Formats: sequence, structure tokens, C-alpha cells
Amino acid sequence: MNRNRAIFPLSIYYFSLAALLYLPIAVMFLFSLNANTSLSFPLRGLTLDWYQKLFASTPILRAARNSLVVALGSSFAATLLGTTVSILYLRYQFRAKNLLLALAVLPLIVPYIVLAVALLILFEVLNVSRSLLTVGIAHSVVALPYVVLIVGSRLAGFGSSLEEAAMDLGADYPTTLRRIVLPLIYPAMISAWLTAFTVSFDEFALALFLAGTQPTFPVYLFSQLRFANRLPIMIALAVLLMIGTLTLVFIAERIRRTK
Amino acid sequence: MTSAPSPSPQKMGEGERRAGGGWGLDHRATFRWLIFPPFVWLGLFLIAPLLLMAAFSFRSDLRGDLLQVWTPTLAQYARLAEVGSYWRLLGISALMALGVAVAAAILAYPLAYFLAFHGGAATGLYLVLLLVPFWTSYLLRVMAWKLMLGTEGVINSFLQYIHLIEEPLPALLYNRTAVIITLIYVWIPFAMLPILAALQRIEWSLFEAAADLGARPFHQFTRITLPLSLPGVFAAFFMVFIPTVGEYVTPILVGGSSGSMYGNIIQDFFTKAANWPLGSALSMIMLLATLLFVFIAIRLINLRELLE
Repeated sequence: MNRNRAIFPLSIYYFSLAALLYLPIAVMFLFSLNANTSLSFPLRGLTLDWYQKLFASTPILRAARNSLVVALGSSFAATLLGTTVSILYLRYQFRAKNLLLALAVLPLIVPYIVLAVALLILFEVLNVSRSLLTVGIAHSVVALPYVVLIVGSRLAGFGSSLEEAAMDLGADYPTTLRRIVLPLIYPAMISAWLTAFTVSFDEFALALFLAGTQPTFPVYLFSQLRFANRLPIMIALAVLLMIGTLTLVFIAERIRRTK
Repeated sequence: MTSAPSPSPQKMGEGERRAGGGWGLDHRATFRWLIFPPFVWLGLFLIAPLLLMAAFSFRSDLRGDLLQVWTPTLAQYARLAEVGSYWRLLGISALMALGVAVAAAILAYPLAYFLAFHGGAATGLYLVLLLVPFWTSYLLRVMAWKLMLGTEGVINSFLQYIHLIEEPLPALLYNRTAVIITLIYVWIPFAMLPILAALQRIEWSLFEAAADLGARPFHQFTRITLPLSLPGVFAAFFMVFIPTVGEYVTPILVGGSSGSMYGNIIQDFFTKAANWPLGSALSMIMLLATLLFVFIAIRLINLRELLE
């Protein structure tokens, strides 16, 4: 087809943009191996020192662990709540149905800074001290819409005839949910969970207001940005985290594909 | 998904008729267990905080207990109305978000087009390749740009090393342009997704028909591809515009004091200045403006079509 004429400039555009997206990552990678604390040419030499120092630095590792805890907890809560919302919206008729959906997608619209200060006021009024729990709660709220969109479109995709069949055959609805619905939507739940996890893991705008004395990794990173000599260690951790997340993503993708 | 549910209530209706009086009593009984968690969670951690913030914006000051009865006052809003710089900053933030969203959508379009029509067997790989940078720390990606653009950064030191320049070029950082460029850069892969989805839905038979009728590629693009992909472009625009208006992190990192946005004054009133009532009033304005914008957008464009 004569559409092919467009390929060449388009692919150049694609690859140069991809290169631009990877440039900072390449710089980070180089920086984590660079013997000097500032990245200037020519490089003074390569070293694995920063990675060694990383494993000796408790605050950084603790911040990474905090992020992991928050991301695991909030993505779990968001997946459960979002799946519930999807089932309610697609399998039930009730008056507050549209209200429920509106509430569930509202976090996509409310600016993060507004939600952050609103939750800050709430927790202060309730006298709940800020901790990983408060960050996790905030993250579960902002991740909820993604779960509803991902799980909901899967649930809408196969209609309700299988459930009706199961119930005609005498299964009660909880059993039908467990034996029919959940097995069918679980690939979507996995990818929703993963999305929620990554939304939380790198989230900074809400965490800065709600973390209190237990910084998550982005919050800790932000507090250290002004100390140039700490930067290479932070970047070394970021490189490791990136490799970890990518592995996770590829495993999840494999699970989804083999399904 | 908003559009997808529409067929299924009908199906459910058929099912109810067939089963003669619904899915059975336990379908209803399960309802009670399902309905409470999401309503309680969202009521407590989404609606309650926003209402509390609204209430705080009608306080005159923070004296006394946090939770006490106070006489509602419009003092904060009156103060807001007087200070022109708040409104100017809100306008500037909206304009910045507009520029960022338009630019990200336009720059993402060819990417989506390439993936939709020329990716071939490698489309999945090409897509993943664009999304991988999203899995890296946002703060560090921005930091990496600072490392490159700064006065002692990669670009300057390299140019000096090859003796193209003797003195470092002044940093390209710490102004609004830097904020806008960074945000466009960050959003492009994200904006590409809805456009790609819209392009992939276009039926090939339309192109074949157009080609049979003698339409040249350019006309095929302007008459078929572009109009049919517009819902995706609008979706991309909103997905970028809405979060960008409320940005406060990127301006801190690359904007400096001259590149701050509306979100930064809210942040200041809740941290340094510790004036929660005024900060709440500022947040209310931002929240209402965003909701109004979304409401108008929904009226203008069929959002159900966009989210399909």
C-alpha cells in the first residue's frame, strides 16, 4: 500500500523520541557507576562504590521498605474496593449506582494537591498522626479509579450469562462470585493491582503531605536532593528499583498472556 | 468502561425475567456486604476530607481547637478576591496546562499513529519501550535532566571538553519554560495511550473503501483517520490537562521561584505560612474550577465515547 511512504519519517520520530525518553535513564545509570559525585566529562572512572554504600545506608533502605509497604497495602485495598465497585455497578440495579461510580472516579479529577491538604486536615482533626498508614489510605483512594476502569471493562466484556447459568444450577451468589466471576476477572485484577502498585510506589505529591516522620522513597529522595554527595547512592537505589519493577511487570505480563 | 456497562443492565434484565424474579435472594443478600466497604471508604477518605476543607475555608483563623463550632465567615474569600496575584497565577497555571496538554497530544499523535499502523509484529514491544521510562522514579528523571542542563551538567561540560565553548552556558532551568518542557516530556507516553486506542479501533475496510474510491493517503488521513481518532485526542488532552493544573512538584524541582504554579501557593499556606483557612479557600477555588471544567467538557463532548 502507498501508506508505506509515511513509515520512514514516522519511525525516525518514534526512535528519536524513545531515545529522548531513555536519555535520563542512561544518564542515571552512568551516574550510579561514576567515580565522581558530579557528572561531568570526561568521566573520572567507574565504580561500584555507590552500590556498596547503598547497602550500608539504613535510612535509604528503610525509605525503600516504607514505599514497598505502602504500595503493597494500598494496591491491595484499591484492588478489593475497585473490584467491588465494578461488580456492584455491572451486576446490580440500585438507586445510588451512578453516585457510586461518580465517587469512584472522582479521584481522577480532584487535583492531588487539593486531596493532599484535605486529607491532612481530616487526619489532624481526627488526631491521627501521620504515618505510612495515612499515605497508604491516600494512595488507595487515588488508585481506585484505575482498578475500576481495568476490572470493570473486563467484567463488562463477558456479560452475566455464565453467572446466571451457575445460579440456575443452584449455586448461591457468593459461590458464583468465588467460582465463576473471580477466576474470569483475575487477570484484570492482577494488572489493576500492578497499576495501583506503581501509582503508589512513585507517588510524591500526596506522600509529602501525609508521610510525617516515616518518609517513603520519593519523599526521602526529595529531602536528600540538595545534598549532591548523597545523590549517587539514591540513584543507585533507583536503578535497582527500576530493574525490580521491570521484572515484576514482565512477570505479570507473562501471567496475563499465558491465561 | 463507562460505555461498556450499558448493554449489561439489559442483559441482567433479561436474566431476571428468565429466572422468574431475579437472581435469587442471596444475590440481594450479598449486595449488603458489597455496598458498604466502597461507600464507607470513599465517604470517609474522599468526601469527608473535601467537606472538612470546605468548612475550614469559612473559618476566620485557626485559633482554638481544630474541631470546634465556628461562625462561618467569608473573610478568606474576600481576601482572595482582593489579591489579584492569586487569580493571575490560577490563570497562568490553566494556560500552562492548556499548552502542555495540547503539545503532549500533538507530539504523541505520530507515535500512536506509528504504533497503530506501522508497528507490525513488534507493536507490543514498541509500546512497552515507550512505557518503561514510566516505571522509573519521576523525581530522578527530572533530576537527570537537571544534571544534563545545569551549569556544571553534562551538556555544558561536554561542550567545554570539546572546546566548543569556554564558559558554561547559563542553566536552562528555573523558569516557566523549563516547567512546561519537563511536563510535556513527561506526559507524551501517557497521552499516546488513548490516541492509540482510538486509532486501533478504526476499521481497515474504511481505508480499503477509500482507496478503491480513489482517495490519496493524505485525504484518507484527513477524512478518515483524523476525525475517527479525535475522541482519543480529546481524551489525551483531558488526561494531561487535569492533573497538570494542580501540579506543584515539577515547579519546585525545575521552576524555582519564578516558575511556580497555583498549587505552590496552596502548598505554602499549608506548610511554611501555616494559614489553613486561606489555603482551604484557595483549594476550594481550584477544586470548583476543575469540577466546572470537567462538567463543561462532559456536556460538550460525549465522554462515554472517549472512555470506551
